[in-house]
Amino acid sequence: MSTLTIATLPKDELLAPGHRMCQGCGAAIVMRHLLKALGKDIIIAHATGCVEVTTTLYPETAWRVPWIHVAFENAAAVASGIEAAVKALKRKGFINPDKKIKVVAIGGDGGTADIGLQALSGMLERGHDVLYVLYDNEAYMNTGIQRSGATPMYAWTTTTPAGKVWRGEWRRKKDMISIAVAHKIPYAATVNFAYITDFYAKIRKAAEIEGPTFIHAFSPCVPGWRYEPHLTVKIAKLAVQTGIWVNYEVEKGVFRVTTPVPKRLPVEEYLKLQGRFAHLTREEIERVQRMVDEDVDYINKLAGTTVIGPVERK
Amino acid sequence: MRVDYITGNTAIAEAAIVAGLKFYAGYPITPSSDIFEYLARELPKHGGHVIQFEDEIASINAVIGASWACAKAMTATSGPGFSLMLEAISLAVITETPLVIAYVMRTGPSTGVPTRAGQYDVLQATYGFHGGLVIPVLAASTPQEAYDLTVKAFNVSEMLRTPVVLLTDATIAHTYGKVIMRERGELEIIERIRPLTPPDKYKPYEPVKEHVPAMACFGDGYNVLVESLTHDERGYYAPRTDVQRKLMWRLYRKIVDSAPKLFDYSAIGLEGCDYAFISYGSTALSAQVAAKMLREKGYRVGTLKLRTLYPIYEDGIRKLVSSAKKVFVIENNVGLYYRELRAILRDKEVVSVPIIDLDLPQPQEIVEVVKQWL
Repeated sequence: MSTLTIATLPKDELLAPGHRMCQGCGAAIVMRHLLKALGKDIIIAHATGCVEVTTTLYPETAWRVPWIHVAFENAAAVASGIEAAVKALKRKGFINPDKKIKVVAIGGDGGTADIGLQALSGMLERGHDVLYVLYDNEAYMNTGIQRSGATPMYAWTTTTPAGKVWRGEWRRKKDMISIAVAHKIPYAATVNFAYITDFYAKIRKAAEIEGPTFIHAFSPCVPGWRYEPHLTVKIAKLAVQTGIWVNYEVEKGVFRVTTPVPKRLPVEEYLKLQGRFAHLTREEIERVQRMVDEDVDYINKLAGTTVIGPVERK
Repeated sequence: MRVDYITGNTAIAEAAIVAGLKFYAGYPITPSSDIFEYLARELPKHGGHVIQFEDEIASINAVIGASWACAKAMTATSGPGFSLMLEAISLAVITETPLVIAYVMRTGPSTGVPTRAGQYDVLQATYGFHGGLVIPVLAASTPQEAYDLTVKAFNVSEMLRTPVVLLTDATIAHTYGKVIMRERGELEIIERIRPLTPPDKYKPYEPVKEHVPAMACFGDGYNVLVESLTHDERGYYAPRTDVQRKLMWRLYRKIVDSAPKLFDYSAIGLEGCDYAFISYGSTALSAQVAAKMLREKGYRVGTLKLRTLYPIYEDGIRKLVSSAKKVFVIENNVGLYYRELRAILRDKEVVSVPIIDLDLPQPQEIVEVVKQWL
């Protein structure tokens, strides 16, 4: 794992070009590298969402692996069925029992944290050998930027408008990793493609472990977050450098931060690039900073040491 | 009164506010989401509350809760979302909960073409939920009708204590049109019947007017039983045939007997016509143009646009098309509402004209199909 560098990333492109994802789409980067990391021997069950809609305009598909679109709420349930069928077919000798086939469920934040949560919980609890990947662009982007359970505090969306009274989303983001870990699954991790080798290492680890595993992928959205397309990776990197996003894993209950940030940048660096936070006052930015400080304290407590450092002001 | 140039979805949102909407529960789904987005901005200014839920199941159940707290409540959705709401609609039917669902149809089944139109869900709108009863379904074909029928949907839901479906589609949802918006005071606004008896005499399911019981809400000081089990007039569970019969017939009759009162339509040239076109929703616009094209060629064609799809006012429809030798039912699906009309127009030839189109069926295409039968 440690030998993986940018130069040694797999060359096979399993997500074909020509799909209709936006210029600078974070989810497109997630999907491309997810497939590179997983290889060909996978079966994907994909919930309704941006990626599903934009990669499979009939009669075309961008997926060079077996892929099924399901409804909005049931990717985990369909993946459970596929996994059970593969098991049965192996037992009956229709599939070579030694062949490693990984079943992967993919959902956005709406399809995972909101409407698909029940199916996800069932899948994790029953212990299916499925890797669930949540690509989190922090709102319902496919239907026109409505808030979801993963929308961060103060973000503007069409259903949390920003005006004098409402200041965008007024609730905190749902902690999906903790929900997944509460099912006592063997592996759960957050990934951010700005840290690509960490991204690959975790996807591969999650795929190799037998049983339900959960990956939470950071996925910036150009139209939904309102920023210039060329800033996608920069924003992803800033999310980590400001402590808004922490790259960590929970393996058999053991918590480990994989991208330590000795000196944090102020959250403003991250917020100011995005139109969805453009309405924030200085005071509100300070409030976000305090919230992130609290979250970082919590992470450091879990880690048992200071892995995410204090904010360094210029 | 205001006049504005707005979409069908905006018209629904505006009308809902005028009708007294105080609680909206939503979940994003194309092509209905902009009703939700509009209300998220506007309803709080009118003292109402908008909440986004984690799915359509939660949304409709929140609406039921809000209605029992005595707020006029609604949600909006499209096919896949309505399918998830069906269990709760049955609950709202047996508990006699007033609520409104704006059902903006899209091309289906399943994801289909989410941004385009169709009329595939016309039967599901009333027959989809379990329990074998009927809920009122109103169908709009223009932004103006979307406005007027939204007010009517609230009135019917309050008057009959029932869920009401306001049916539109993707075409109406995003078509701009001139809408005359009558305000409160210029419109009839009906409120649910509240109990006049003292709390110790109140029976929550005892009909007081045309099969409809008076509704005490949470906090009114009454013992309110919201009972999904088969119940007697006190709201007590009673697994007995006599109680079930009485309950079923009352819930059925209160809707079906209101058919004449709820009947809403517009007719052009039906008197003395040889042929009648019956249609509803966006397709009715094409049907009217097709009829005009045929009239110009000398055929005596009239059109009936139905704005009330359920309950079906059989006598009313029969009378309106009585002079026609043939009736053509034009709709953007495989011929669904045709089945209903064929069942009530037994003395004449009823021809299904199902034209599936992602937008409006073209009048020319209707003329071509119909001409073979003239």
